[in-house]
Amino acid sequence: MRIRPVGAHALLLDCDGPEQVEAWRAELWRRRAAGDLSAVEIVPAAATVLVDGVPDPAAAAARIAGWTPDGAVATTDAAEVRVPTVYDGADLPAVAEHWGVDVPAVVERLRRTEFRVAFCGFAPGFAYLTGLPAELAVPRLATPRTRVPAGSVALAGPYAGIYPTASPGGWLLVGRTDLVLFDVHADPPARLTPGTRVRLVDP
Amino acid sequence: MIEVLRAGALTTVQDQGRPGWAHLGVPRSGALDPAALRLANRLVGNPEHAAGLEITLTGCELRFTRAVTVALTGAEVDVLVERRPAETPPGGGPSVERRPGDTGRPLSLPAGATLRIGPARAGVRSWLAVSGGIAVEPVLGSRATDTLSGLGPPPLRDGARLPVGAPTGPPAPVDLTVAPAVPAGLRLALRPGPRQDWFTSAALDLLLRTAYAISPASNRVGARLAGAALPRAVAGELPSEGLVLGAVQVPPDGQPLIFLADHPTTGGYPVIGVVDDVTPLAQARPGTTVTFHGPQR
Repeated sequence: MRIRPVGAHALLLDCDGPEQVEAWRAELWRRRAAGDLSAVEIVPAAATVLVDGVPDPAAAAARIAGWTPDGAVATTDAAEVRVPTVYDGADLPAVAEHWGVDVPAVVERLRRTEFRVAFCGFAPGFAYLTGLPAELAVPRLATPRTRVPAGSVALAGPYAGIYPTASPGGWLLVGRTDLVLFDVHADPPARLTPGTRVRLVDP
Repeated sequence: MIEVLRAGALTTVQDQGRPGWAHLGVPRSGALDPAALRLANRLVGNPEHAAGLEITLTGCELRFTRAVTVALTGAEVDVLVERRPAETPPGGGPSVERRPGDTGRPLSLPAGATLRIGPARAGVRSWLAVSGGIAVEPVLGSRATDTLSGLGPPPLRDGARLPVGAPTGPPAPVDLTVAPAVPAGLRLALRPGPRQDWFTSAALDLLLRTAYAISPASNRVGARLAGAALPRAVAGELPSEGLVLGAVQVPPDGQPLIFLADHPTTGGYPVIGVVDDVTPLAQARPGTTVTFHGPQR
């Protein structure tokens, strides 16, 4: 892990892979709750953790460099959310072709996979789910759809994701869910928060 | 209650934004110049975090159903207060009283008064505080309109009505505050990184030594710049990573973009540097010249 300064008030932890991202995300959230770290935002992403709104980034970087995240704690503590999913996405045949299998095999694979929320982005409550092996990565649509309905379960790159609200989108659609993924009156407002384990189960 | 007679090009409810939710994909949002809105709030006796209006370029017209104190900060604009007397004066006479108002000081408006805020003579955005604050329902601790995610109230439309809260304090005993003049060109302090190594060594030199112009495609999400394209040393896509306010992101066309309050929480184009203070960009019209300098000067 390498720490890069970002502007006057932030640090970027450049990690070696998603497991280290999750370990550092959990460690930094724990340290902040314990009062060891002052930060407004701790934002995990694909290969980094951003720590923003830090009063003294140089001092914080020195402290963080001395910490060792406990990856085991991060993987066993997480809550599991079961997402009732109907597998009727328009792009299932395209995914099957990319994977070199038939559509029922794609569905079976998605049903069996234990996903984890690696990070959120793109839209409030949009979670990037890891769990599929790298060799099953799929490309985005060359021309994004102008409107993808809320609840659409989709794949892009190595990730699965669920659109919390209707929006334009280029991910390959494999199914849909009625589960509400973002509700400003809920605490937390996002159903799928970083670190959460996710199963795409039959309704 | 405020009745919106003319909403203008883009008038939104803003406050100090909703920080602390970036890990769920929720942008910070809030006034593009938070200090200018805080000043307007202090002038009318509001707490600094109260919600006001951010008015863009073309002004707007508002009618207040009850007596309020208002204050306007930001761009250079003409202000007119109109009041229709309850009874027509005997023997006719003007049926509407008009008086000019000032920016940067509390203005006391009687019930039923109309506030006409003209187009910006210099700068782009004004912030209007109303005693009691704009009392729309908060979303995740903020009443700000986020133009990227759609959180918060929609931008104002002609005919819309906005609730106003109860005043919590007296207006500030201030006759006038001096507004900073809108500069012809901006000179912004920039700290390189975190991804300057994705660019050639010439790229940072170009950014620090050549002038850029504000593009008309700029908005609350970001100030887009036009000028020398910044050449990349590393091809391909950067895995998405967290973004900060003021991040200078460089898309494939090489034209930098400085992220403002409604910026996305993560992005996949490399950030060559971060601007220390983005608030001057709130007043930068298309065509305004922007230059950068390192933090040491």
